[in-house]
Amino acid sequence: MENFDLLMHGFGIAITPFHLMLMVVGVLLGLVVGVLPGLGAPNGVSLLIPLTFTLDPTSAIILLSSMYWGALFGGSTTSILFNIPGEPSSVATTFDGYPMARSGQSTRALTLAFMSAGIGALIGVVVITLLAGWASRFALRFGAPEYFAVYFLAFAAFIGMGSASPVKTVVSLATGLLLASVGMDNVTGEVRLTFGFSDLLGGISFLVVVIGLFGIGELLATVQEGLRFRGVSSRIDLRDMLRTIAELPRYWATTLRSGLIGIWMGITPGGPTAASFMSYGIARQASRKGAAFGSGRPEGIIAPETADHSAGTCAMLPMLALGVPSSATAAVMMGGLMIWGLTPGPMLFATKPDFVWGLIASMYVSNIVGVILVLLTVPLFAALLRVPFSIIGPMIVAICFVGAYTVSSATFDLWLVLVFGLVGYVLSRLEYPLAPLVLAMVLGHKAENAFYQSMVLSDGSLGIFFANPLVSSIMVIALALLIVPKLLHIGARLRGRRPASQEIR
Amino acid sequence: MMKKAIGASVASLMLLSVPAWAEWSPERPVEFVVASGAGGGTDNFARTIQSVLTRGKLVDQPIVVLNKGGGSGAEAFLYGKQNKADPNKVIFATNNVYLLPHVAKLAYTAKDLQPVAALAMDEFIVWVKADAPYKTVTDLIDAAKADPGKIPFGGSQSKDTDETLVALIEDTTGADFKYVPFNGGGEVGVQLAGGHIAANVNNPNENAGQWQAGAVRPLCVFAPQRMAKSAAIHDGMGWHDIPTCKEQGLNIESYQMPRTVWLPADTPPEAVAFYQQALKSVFESPEWQEYLTKTSQSGTLLTGDALQAFIDGSEAKTVAVFKAQGWSTE
Repeated sequence: MENFDLLMHGFGIAITPFHLMLMVVGVLLGLVVGVLPGLGAPNGVSLLIPLTFTLDPTSAIILLSSMYWGALFGGSTTSILFNIPGEPSSVATTFDGYPMARSGQSTRALTLAFMSAGIGALIGVVVITLLAGWASRFALRFGAPEYFAVYFLAFAAFIGMGSASPVKTVVSLATGLLLASVGMDNVTGEVRLTFGFSDLLGGISFLVVVIGLFGIGELLATVQEGLRFRGVSSRIDLRDMLRTIAELPRYWATTLRSGLIGIWMGITPGGPTAASFMSYGIARQASRKGAAFGSGRPEGIIAPETADHSAGTCAMLPMLALGVPSSATAAVMMGGLMIWGLTPGPMLFATKPDFVWGLIASMYVSNIVGVILVLLTVPLFAALLRVPFSIIGPMIVAICFVGAYTVSSATFDLWLVLVFGLVGYVLSRLEYPLAPLVLAMVLGHKAENAFYQSMVLSDGSLGIFFANPLVSSIMVIALALLIVPKLLHIGARLRGRRPASQEIR
Repeated sequence: MMKKAIGASVASLMLLSVPAWAEWSPERPVEFVVASGAGGGTDNFARTIQSVLTRGKLVDQPIVVLNKGGGSGAEAFLYGKQNKADPNKVIFATNNVYLLPHVAKLAYTAKDLQPVAALAMDEFIVWVKADAPYKTVTDLIDAAKADPGKIPFGGSQSKDTDETLVALIEDTTGADFKYVPFNGGGEVGVQLAGGHIAANVNNPNENAGQWQAGAVRPLCVFAPQRMAKSAAIHDGMGWHDIPTCKEQGLNIESYQMPRTVWLPADTPPEAVAFYQQALKSVFESPEWQEYLTKTSQSGTLLTGDALQAFIDGSEAKTVAVFKAQGWSTE
């Protein structure tokens, strides 16, 4: 109950006209940077930091975190409308969101995404409110082997039940791992696979690859199919939105499960991107009518969005309580915290209760503000699909290249977008799944680092992954997720029934 | 390019009698190129300077911060090389500018950039878990001698400042630790608080939060004298109460990381003088003092010959360690 009193105190701080205004401004700015691929929340937030020097820390963090929520909402918009993820964490939303929008239901897709994102965020904040102290103590138990186990679990959950041809999945996964290892590796200090190109020293940016693979790749496919979007007939109707909101309770199980996955990945070091993939994978596995995934299933939107947002919210907890940011944006905010003279760490909750609980209370309010604001933009964005392809097509190309350039202001990245656009087109024509490649790029390097550290700690013994109950149970769950679906598959085949084939894009 | 070079030389001919720094000022937006990702120590360093310069109207042109942290910062230094003689690109770094080329084959050397100033020194402290049996740094070293290669010592990155310092401790004392590299100081701090490693050499502000909470404990600081007095942080102890490593019998007098500012090579001397003057004003501002206190760094302003001497000394000492460890690429 003590937390409850503190929360009420926090609401007293968060709900002032000035702070409400900051929330609206933050969410709107966040929407803008989220919608533009490449600009992204980390860049947007770091641009705002100098402006916050004159604010008091509580107001400053309210502004920055509202911008983060806005960007998370905005990131799903372009994923759904154009198959271009605005944020890394909204890649998984393209799998079902884009097909749904193409089939003329863009309003429904956007509404589903925004509503479940809002619900996910609220689930996350409730957990922070109730479990702040416990969760930060729990996170301290994570050493290198536990980190590796968490990444391995995310891989296993997503890859385990993919039923694209296993060989193709492995090819895609290996390509992703290879791409992730390019550049200078901080942990071993080695320069790898740069072939003497200085431009590759910093590695290949994940966002640039994704913009190429999905944005340009999809555009090429559309051109081949006859220069038009199939979403032209999309109706824009306020009743559509209300009807979609009314259908949400039907998916309570998916929502709850995805929220829990998000919390897990937010508190442990997995992060929102991994959470959305893992949640999508598990939702596909859990659904009985598996066939339709990838063709515009509502669960395929709800699962990644809910998990993304609950992880994004929960990621604030390790940042505040331990000084470990589990997302790029949290890292930037932590930099801000230090400039404002606050030391992130276990004592922050005790020494600056106004700041911490003001922030937590503001998360409730600003996410509700955020949902209302983004829902208002749905008709506007949905209308974009009515624009003829000959106009919107070139615009998408421009957005892709501008977005890729913004990631690190490097002209070399523009060539990469082009190359990966072609690669994406060819791979999807040959029915190679792209998702394992993307996941490997997000987690490959982190998993490798954690594995390397574990091996140093254990002098090369794999036993360290089963050395204590925490790491062993995560590993066992991961292995089960990897193996059990395959066994069921084989079992079903032995009994002579072909299981419904599932496609991952 | 051509036009600007002519403009600069004309300006220098015309204004021989006026103080050097008044001769040049930026005519285009200035880029602050940061050799770390957003949110890192170098990033905070650059953004604080940006804020002081802008608010004090010390630079008329807008200042844009550009993060180029790829390849442990090499990306920023290569960018400096590509923009040779461009006075509108100011590069923010630590000692990585002149140390990186010794351990990795890179397409630049420290000669492609010229030092402008160092404004702060970040200290290194040996930390252990609060409930660890080690009371002094000697206890920790003795433990490593008794059990060679078994005591895990965490640090940020490989062949970088942290691992160099651990190697230096080993060379000085004959102890043998198991060095485990992580991605950054914050991560190493939490690994220590969680008891997954036995010790680390984090900078003060990287471990301050955990110390405040009583999860970790400082043993000694690698500085010639104790750090400045501060408010008590945990259990009545402040930064000044941490003994120097020398006091505790570990014979490494000083190991510090400078926060440095650079310009591309061949930048006109008037431009260098302009930034030196501007940074001097930053150093004297109350905001800067506040930044130093908040991040627990020591304020030291080095320019010109003093800066070059510091760099040469620090480079020679560190490269000797690189060679002994077999990390050197030369």
